Amino acid sequence: MDQKPFSQGLLSSEADSQRTLYPYVTGTSVVALKYKDGILMAADMGGSYGSTLRYKSVERMKSIGKHSLLGASGELSDFQEILSYLDELILYDNMWDDGNSLGPKEVHSYLTRVMYNRRNKFNPLWSSLVLGGVKNGEKYLGMVSMIGVHFEDNHVATGFGNHLARPILREEWHENLSFEDGVKLLEKCMRVLLYRDRSAVNKLQIAKITEEGVTVSQPYSLKTFWGFSAFSNPTVGAEGSW
Amino acid sequence: MDLNLNDEHSMGTTIIGVTYDGGVVLGADSRTSTGMYVANRASDKITQLTDNVYVCRSGSAADSQIVSDYVRYFLHQHTIQLGQPATVKVAANLVRLMAYNNKNMLQTGLIVGGWDKYEGGKIYGIPLGGTIVEQPFAIGGSGSSYLYGFFDQAWKEGMTKDEAEQLVVKAVSLAIARDGASGGVVRTVIINADGVTRNFHPGDSLQLWHEELEPQNSLLDILNTASPEPMNF
Repeated sequence: MDQKPFSQGLLSSEADSQRTLYPYVTGTSVVALKYKDGILMAADMGGSYGSTLRYKSVERMKSIGKHSLLGASGELSDFQEILSYLDELILYDNMWDDGNSLGPKEVHSYLTRVMYNRRNKFNPLWSSLVLGGVKNGEKYLGMVSMIGVHFEDNHVATGFGNHLARPILREEWHENLSFEDGVKLLEKCMRVLLYRDRSAVNKLQIAKITEEGVTVSQPYSLKTFWGFSAFSNPTVGAEGSW
Repeated sequence: MDLNLNDEHSMGTTIIGVTYDGGVVLGADSRTSTGMYVANRASDKITQLTDNVYVCRSGSAADSQIVSDYVRYFLHQHTIQLGQPATVKVAANLVRLMAYNNKNMLQTGLIVGGWDKYEGGKIYGIPLGGTIVEQPFAIGGSGSSYLYGFFDQAWKEGMTKDEAEQLVVKAVSLAIARDGASGGVVRTVIINADGVTRNFHPGDSLQLWHEELEPQNSLLDILNTASPEPMNF
């Protein structure tokens, strides 16, 4: 991290071109699903600095306005900047004082435009965003990637979650999950990520959005299981193997 | 061996900021290197932003100096306009804006710490990229790699001022022992409601670690204090 990155060669010099080259402090997967009363979203509280698990109390999910919740993975400074843009968006929305308020669909659309336009300028916000919310009884869950790819679905995941959580969700998600079943399903995904994602940290939060509003749980840790007999002596009979 | 004397000045560094019950203690080593050469062995990496807010600088010496110069300038004007001392949060956020908006050009990690009447002692870490993280304690610079484990074990909530300063001095000293880019003296700055205290801990006043020996003036002194038949090597 101490070496100066090499120049872009034929492209314009690094210093005067405004393009984000690579992320520094990153958050890992965010997983979310629709359930009976709204949306459930889970993210751990880790901020990694390369391979170092540097920050372990980072809140990567924040409520937006009255109806939405934003979760982010990727560069944390860009997430903080996005929150600042959304603050302004919600402020102007409130200033209209017309009884209307931006719902999750609108916030998702705004974020998509921001991310896609930055991608077009070759200066992306290096984040993957998950936007969930409930407005007027309608549940909404969507995702935007750092290049502006966006879609809605019944369950979404970013980062490693794409590879590890989505197959689980595809198998086990169904319409009208109860709150308990939704939480258990998310925790199943988060536990797998804890086992298999190097940048996962065992301190997570689960957030719920319903018509009533947004609540983010207190931070907590998951128990893990290591009691398989095959784990205790895996190289017996084949010394040197792993 | 190539000393790379034309490399830019970098403060390899170990920097630390710790909150305690009543304020903060900031600490740093004092080595600035150009490649393998130690350009300054007694640098001061803890820089004042306002009367009550200081910043620990690491990474590129030039980048961290210019950022703190700009922020000092803005904070000065802000204090005049506000009519009272700036809060630590405002100072940290100004540093963050500079770090974030110039992320392509800057290579500096900073720790902002201070005391204000609203929130008391606060520490904010601002690593590469411009993320801002408020923490009970923060470590940074190349030497900090050796301190993650140490702090995981030694840090506790609610320390006194002296406990906090001792922890900081011990930690910087441990990092200096293992990080080639950190060295020299340990400087600490304590900020609380009563004001600011600067302390200086010279290299020879620090405790010895593994494989380190008590410094001597000369071999001759050792030989002379040994038994009368010393020449047996």
